[in-house]
Amino acid sequence: MSNTDITLARDNYGSSIWSFLIKEFKPKNKFFTPFNIISIPIMLLGLGIIVIRFWKGIGSVTNLTQEVPWGLWIGFDVVTGVAFAGGAYVITFMVYILNMRNFRSIVRVTVLNGFLAYIFYAGALLLDLGRPWNVINPIIGNGFGTSSVLFLVAWHFLLYILAMLIEFSPVVAEWLGARRARFILSGMTVGAVIFGITLSTLHQSGLGALYLMAKDKIHPLWYSEFIPILFFVSSIFAGLSMVIFEGSISNKVFFRQIDKKNHTQHNTIIHSLSKICAGAMFAYLFLQVLVFVHGKHWDLLNSPMGFWYLTEMIGFVLVPMVLFFLSYRNTNILMIKVAAIITMLGIIINRLNISVIGFKWDAASHYVPSWMEIVVTLAVIFTEIWIFRWIINRMPVLRASPSWVKDKIPDQQ
Amino acid sequence: MGTNRRNFLKLLGTAGFTMAVGKSFGALAKKKSPVEFYGILYDSTLCIGCQACEYACAEEYGLQEPQDEPQIGVVRKTDETRRLVINSYDTSKGEQYIRVACNHCNQPACASACLTKAMLKTEEGPVIWREDKCMGCRYCMISCPFDIPKFEYHSANPKIQKCRMCYERIQDGKIPACVETCSEGALIFGKRSELLEIAKQRIYAEPEKYNHEIYGETEAGGTSVLYLASVPFHELGFNTKIQKTSYPELTKGFLYSVPAIFVLWPALLLGLRQATKDNHIKEIENE
Repeated sequence: MSNTDITLARDNYGSSIWSFLIKEFKPKNKFFTPFNIISIPIMLLGLGIIVIRFWKGIGSVTNLTQEVPWGLWIGFDVVTGVAFAGGAYVITFMVYILNMRNFRSIVRVTVLNGFLAYIFYAGALLLDLGRPWNVINPIIGNGFGTSSVLFLVAWHFLLYILAMLIEFSPVVAEWLGARRARFILSGMTVGAVIFGITLSTLHQSGLGALYLMAKDKIHPLWYSEFIPILFFVSSIFAGLSMVIFEGSISNKVFFRQIDKKNHTQHNTIIHSLSKICAGAMFAYLFLQVLVFVHGKHWDLLNSPMGFWYLTEMIGFVLVPMVLFFLSYRNTNILMIKVAAIITMLGIIINRLNISVIGFKWDAASHYVPSWMEIVVTLAVIFTEIWIFRWIINRMPVLRASPSWVKDKIPDQQ
Repeated sequence: MGTNRRNFLKLLGTAGFTMAVGKSFGALAKKKSPVEFYGILYDSTLCIGCQACEYACAEEYGLQEPQDEPQIGVVRKTDETRRLVINSYDTSKGEQYIRVACNHCNQPACASACLTKAMLKTEEGPVIWREDKCMGCRYCMISCPFDIPKFEYHSANPKIQKCRMCYERIQDGKIPACVETCSEGALIFGKRSELLEIAKQRIYAEPEKYNHEIYGETEAGGTSVLYLASVPFHELGFNTKIQKTSYPELTKGFLYSVPAIFVLWPALLLGLRQATKDNHIKEIENE
C-alpha cells in the first residue's frame, strides 16, 4: 500500500496523495456564478424537504394517493432520467463494438453522464421508497422476487452502475496518477461494455415492462404489450439527443478543458449522431404506428387524450425526426440541436404520459405533483450537475489524458 | 455396419437413461399434493349492511372503528385505516350492499410484482404482506387491478394495509374474524372449490333471485373471494374491465426473453466487435 502511495505522490507534483486530494476538493473557479446563485438555494430547500419526508412520511411532501402511488419522482426522475442516460450504452456500443473511432472523444463524458444519472436517479428512488432500509433485501436474498420485473430492474441498476464505474475507472486512475491501476482497469473495459449493453437492453425495456400489469389503469393509446420494445428503441435516440444537448453545453462551458482537435471535431460528431437519431426515430415511429393500428383505437383519437396522443406522435416524434434528417442532409448543426431538444421534450412527454398523465386518466381526481416534489427533482438534477462539473474540472474527461498514458482510449491497440 | 451398431447402442443407452431419469423426476414432482386454496363466499343478497364485519376486522387488527355508514351515492374505499368496507348502491332491484376487500387472487399481480416476496400468496390461499421484507416501493399498488394494497403515506415507518384473510387465525384452525361475526350468513369460509359449488347451487335453486354470475370465478384468473349478487356487478361499482386471465401472465413474455437476451447478446456483441475490427485498423493506417 505504501508503495502505491509513493508512486501516487511522485506523480502528483511531489505532494502526498492526501494533500493532493484536499487540494482537489477546493473549488477551482469563481464561486458566485449565475448557475451557483440559482442552484444553491434550490438544493438547500430540497435538502430541507427531504428531511421532512423522512421525518413525517412521503405523504407530507408529495401529492401521491392510494390510486396513484408513483408520481413525479418515479415517472420523471427514474423512468425519464434513465432513458436520457441511454447515451452511455449507445456510444460505448458504437466505439467498442462497432469500432467507430470517430466517437472516441465523447466516450468518457457520455459514460460519466450515464454513471452520474444512474447514481442520482437510483438515489431519487430511495427518496420514494417508503421503507428504504429494506432496499438491500432483493440483493441479500431476504426474498428473491424473481417473478418481478422490478427485481430485474433493481439488479440491473446495481450491476450497470458497477459496469459503468469500471468503464470510467481508467479516468480516475489517470487523475490519481495510478499507472498500474489504470493498466489493470482499462483491460476490463470491453468486458464491462458488453455486460453493460446487455444490461441496458434489458432494463431500458424493463422500465416499460413495469407497467405491463397496469393494463386497466393506463390509457389504451399508450398501453400495449409492446411497451418494453418501444421503451428500448426510444432510449436510443433519447440518449443520443442528450449526448448532443449535453455536448453542446459542455463545449461552451468547459471550453478550456477541450483540446483543439476534439473541439473542431464536435460538430462532425453531432452531424453523424443526427443520422442515427433520425434512423432510430423512424423505427420507433413505425413501431408506434403498427401498435396503434393493431390496437384498433381509431375512435379514441377524437378525444382530448387522442389529440394529446397525436401531439406527441406528430409534434414530438415525426417533426424532430424530419428535422434530424433534413439537418443531416444540409449539415445544419443548429437545427440538429433544436431537433435534439424537441426529441428530449418528446421523451419526457412520452414517459410521463405512461407513468403519470395517462395513469388513471379516467379517475375522478388527478395527481398533480406538489411544488415540493418539483423542488426535490430540481435539487437532484442540480446536485448531479455540480458533481459532473467537479469531475470535469479535475479528471481527464474532456481534456487529453496525461502524457504517460500510451493508449489514449483503452483497448484500441 | 459396426459403427452403425455402436451408434444404435449408444442411442439406446441414452434413451434408456433419459427414460429412467425422466420417470424419477416425474415421481418427485407428483409427491407434492395439489394445493387447494381457502376462500370466502360473500352473498350480497343476505347482507344487511350492519358493518359487524368492519368492526370485527378493526378489532382484530387494532385499527380505528368505522367512522361512517354505508350510504347510497357515497363510495367508501378501503384505505390505510380500514381493510374492509361495506358499500350501498341503488340498483335495479333496490338498495343492495356489497363488500370491498382484497380478493386474494389465485395468481396475484401484487405478489408477482413484489421484488422481495413481501407480498406472498400462501399455500392456504390468503395473500399476506410481510413487514420485514417490504421496501415500500408500492409496485404492488401499481399492479393490483382491484387497487387493494394501501400505503401509510403519513408515517416515517409506513406499512402496506390490506386484508390478509386472517392468515394467523386460519393457521390456528379458526375462521376469519369477519366471517365469524356475520350473523346473517352472508359470509362463508371454506375450500374455494366447495364455495364455488355452494354458489352455483344457490343460483340454480333460486334463478330469479340471483344474477347468474359468480364474480371471482374467472376474474383475474380466479380469486379466492367469490361474490354472489342479485344484480349485474357493474351496478355494484365493480370493475368489469378486469381480464379473465391472470395479471402476472402479462409480464411473462418479457421475463421469458430475459435469459435468451442474456445469453445471445454478449455473443452477438463479441461477434460484431470481431467483424468490425478492420474498421479501426484501416483508420490507424490512415493516421
